Amino acid sequence: MTGKAGKRRRQGYEGIVAVAPASVPYQRYSIETAHWWIARALRASLQQAGIAPRDVDGFSVASFTLFPDTAVGLTQHLGLTPRWLDHIPMGGASGVAALRRAARAVQAGDADVVACVSGDTNHVDSFRRMLSSFSRFAQDASYPYGSGGPNACFALLTDYYMREFGATREDFGRICVAQRANALRNPHAVMKTPLTMQQYIEARPISDPIHLFDCVMPVAGAEAFLVMREEDARAAGLPAAHILSTIERHNAFPDDPIQIRGGWEMDIDELYAMAGTEVKDIDLLQTYDDYPVIVMMQIEDLGFCGKGEGPAFVRAHDLTIDGDLPHNTSGGQLSAGQAGAAGGFIGLVEAIRQVTGQAGPTQVSKARQALVSGFGMINYDRGVCSSAAIIAGEGPA
Amino acid sequence: MTTAVLNASSMLTEFAAAIATGEIEVVDLTHTLDPDFPVIILPPEFGQCARFRMEEISAYDHRGPGWKWYNFTCCEHTGTHFDAPIHWVSGRDLPNNAVDTIPPEHFVGPVCVIDCSEGSKTDDDFELTPDIILAWERQHGQIPEDSWVFMRTDWSKRSGAEYLNMRKDGQHSPGPTPEAMRLLVDDRNIRGFGTETVGTDAGQAMHYSPPMPAHYYLHGAGRYGLQCMRNLDLLPPTGAILFSAPLKIKQGTGSPLRVLALVPKEAANG
Amino acid sequence: MTTPVVPPPKKDPQKRTRVPTRPSHFRSRAALGLAAAAAEGRFMLQRCSECGTLQYPPRDACASCLSADLPWMDVSPKGKLIAGTVVRTSTNVYFRERTPWRVGTVQLEEGPSIICHVHGDVQTGEDVVLINRLDKSGQAVFLAIPQGRTANMEDDPQMRELTCDPKFRRVLITDARAPNALALAKAFAQAQASIIFIGESESWRSYPAHEELRAVPKVEILPLDVTDTGSVLELCGEIGGKTDILVNNARYVRPGGIMNRGDVIFAKDEMEVNFFGLMRLAQIFGPAMRGRGADGQNSATAWVNVLSVYAWSNMPDYGSFSASNAAALSLSQCLRAELSAGGVRVMNVFSGPTEDEWHQPLPPPKVAPEAIARSVISGLKDGLEEVFVGDVAKDLIERWRAGPKILEREMIENAGQDA
Repeated sequence: MTGKAGKRRRQGYEGIVAVAPASVPYQRYSIETAHWWIARALRASLQQAGIAPRDVDGFSVASFTLFPDTAVGLTQHLGLTPRWLDHIPMGGASGVAALRRAARAVQAGDADVVACVSGDTNHVDSFRRMLSSFSRFAQDASYPYGSGGPNACFALLTDYYMREFGATREDFGRICVAQRANALRNPHAVMKTPLTMQQYIEARPISDPIHLFDCVMPVAGAEAFLVMREEDARAAGLPAAHILSTIERHNAFPDDPIQIRGGWEMDIDELYAMAGTEVKDIDLLQTYDDYPVIVMMQIEDLGFCGKGEGPAFVRAHDLTIDGDLPHNTSGGQLSAGQAGAAGGFIGLVEAIRQVTGQAGPTQVSKARQALVSGFGMINYDRGVCSSAAIIAGEGPA
Repeated sequence: MTTAVLNASSMLTEFAAAIATGEIEVVDLTHTLDPDFPVIILPPEFGQCARFRMEEISAYDHRGPGWKWYNFTCCEHTGTHFDAPIHWVSGRDLPNNAVDTIPPEHFVGPVCVIDCSEGSKTDDDFELTPDIILAWERQHGQIPEDSWVFMRTDWSKRSGAEYLNMRKDGQHSPGPTPEAMRLLVDDRNIRGFGTETVGTDAGQAMHYSPPMPAHYYLHGAGRYGLQCMRNLDLLPPTGAILFSAPLKIKQGTGSPLRVLALVPKEAANG
Repeated sequence: MTTPVVPPPKKDPQKRTRVPTRPSHFRSRAALGLAAAAAEGRFMLQRCSECGTLQYPPRDACASCLSADLPWMDVSPKGKLIAGTVVRTSTNVYFRERTPWRVGTVQLEEGPSIICHVHGDVQTGEDVVLINRLDKSGQAVFLAIPQGRTANMEDDPQMRELTCDPKFRRVLITDARAPNALALAKAFAQAQASIIFIGESESWRSYPAHEELRAVPKVEILPLDVTDTGSVLELCGEIGGKTDILVNNARYVRPGGIMNRGDVIFAKDEMEVNFFGLMRLAQIFGPAMRGRGADGQNSATAWVNVLSVYAWSNMPDYGSFSASNAAALSLSQCLRAELSAGGVRVMNVFSGPTEDEWHQPLPPPKVAPEAIARSVISGLKDGLEEVFVGDVAKDLIERWRAGPKILEREMIENAGQDA
């Protein structure tokens, strides 16, 4: 057994859709709790769908700051009585994970409507507190080294990647500058001023070679969507995103001395095969963008180019909303902020909006097939969780 | 009431008045109990004399908000101290030989002071000999029976290493010869013998026969010792009265104490 | 090469002494194996007893075969620095006060990748040696250093944070009379300590090394008797604020156990020096040292106890002395806990019978004062917590670790044969 995907043909997600994408505008700091933020996203999504909370029979939650609660405590807190309940601790990979689990539950009839919600608050000191107790390996083997948090860990990956593949800061800058341009069209983005390449290059160093604009800003926020049968969505008149394929992988390539690839590489063939599509037919890409080096790895591992060709790829392509590969169209986390576990939802929720033609000011003109990827949990020296999904819809009218 | 009692009563009243007016001076012969004051040193495989130590119990603080006090510890033979007959093997079987059983009237009595300070100035091993005692008696009369005899050396004016005066071959300090002690104890029948040095015996007294003659003869005859005293230069050769009551320690062999001498003003030395 | 440290300037009396802060000290139980190894300066990792896979970070089951038997083994510390960064902003106050701070990823020749601190003389891509050391929180961390020596490498600021190097620090050695005092003074002078205070008890008694001690450069002899609270208070009042390393070297030793002594007087003397002496010093000098744990380049850094290895298992011929050292060992653990808030290390240096009058009838090997002094200095330079000097001590601790009860039996059987 290799563990590689593709040995047996997987069942598709026919007849299952994602609807009612909701984003609660992010705030830099919030005095509210994760419960408050999750409730707001859930309400916004349910209102779009015209569904009462008591009619939600499936509930999936991703959050870092609910302690001491979990999805269990939230059912009573929010007055839900689901017959299917999930709590996903995968951080940046949680959006796609929530989608694929919920889809299977609905497909199997275990639930009719699954509300997938993620949200986190950001108190003045909560980021530091989260870092110091993020995981046992981080606590034991990375946090004691400078306590730079993810900045330092991703700086090491970035340093290695730059040496190995000749990437320059400008290459990463292209990703960040393009996303800022996208963000300026998103009224809810936290970053509201343009970013030039010069500003990017001249920004203050955080953890060499990571500089200020390579880092996401921790914020409070929440995201939500609903998973239901296509027929139910149609009956309710909801624009729907079809799920063509999904993959998920954890702790891939443990023998790589340092991370230069994620689990996508193991499962990418199956992702496209199951969707019956190819890279060239992807209209827009939503990657997990905690740092631009991870975006570059995803572009490579998702098949847009070969390993090490990411720098050349970003030099050759326009990643803005109107470009040849619209990427992180809402501005992504780099420009919209990282709302904890909601960072694992931001790309998926935006993609649902895009393929259902509901993206408004950030709408990509041709948005029928979107590839969304997730990446999460730098447990020690590398991100452990990876996930991806291809979803499809009619796009803008 | 008898006449004697009346007389004694008026004597004490006059005595108190004389103290108050200064006609009788009270001279303190005691060193301060200080953790760093030298004690006798024996070869290290023997048990040693415990140094004086204080541990503060409280000082108006959380350990006792309204009061200050110490626990102190020391040997019976630390600082200015009294030796009882039971201290020495020669006196171990005598009656009333411990500090708690010595008749209290023995703690008050006359004292003769033999000045050996000149000789001790130049000779660290200066010896008190029968000749010196007899010469003193020629000047001051025979030492009265049952009185204290102090050997003044001015050794108490030394301090630190100079005081103990320890060399490779042991301690060097003045003291009495065996013959001198026999004269004082057997012939003059003294009550006790006192010095300024760390012991009643000379620093090198282990080499006499018998070793440590002051201890040996004094305690063997039920007499007492006082050592580590100071201010002997303020005492007259005769005429002073000594108050030297040790702590009442059960079967104690000695104790640190306050040694006071009462000196008629006109007789005060120095 | 590293820029050499220079003697620090005199302190600005208007500046507040920097309050000690610490790197994160939270660790899993498994990870504490690293601290145990670092306490002795060893580079150890868990190796699966079944499949041989080397594990890192520390864990509870083998990542290759799921065996739960993962003993700590000494392994090769050689590797290559494959990535590096300079942390310039940190969420932790300790690092925030010390940025820029170098961190890297080292791939060991034996396999695992280790995130580590990085010495200034190492460049990314170079071969390195990883050393396992205790940081100011008392927990173990790795530092990548050059494979060969570089000029002034001990002066690297990140390395100096992990060690207690006496260079330009002020040392108090507590007992001028102890046979080790002269060797210690000379060793600290050679290690470039800036002042070597030596506590001298009972100056009214002579001792053999008296004159020689005075002749050692930087030595300043001051009155101190660890059995006298007042004396400790007085000395602390004088030098408590500038004692960076305290070497608790006072020791009272007499042969004998329980029944061959007729009383508890020697036992009390032993406790008075070996146990209460430590406690008095710790109560009086400890708070000042803890408060000065981050006081610039010559901050308070270490507390050294020179102890008998029979603190671990009683040697009946010196049974009472052993017991007093066991008490001191236990107290040193308490002191370690209390000083940890200031980042001040407690290093215990254990030796077997020493070359002195109280062990004179014992057969060799015996530990010379110079050997103890060398171990104190090298232990400080390596930032250790436990140092075993000489073959007897090393042998004993190995037996103790193999089985304390078996060792106790051996000690009983051996009693009376030598002394």
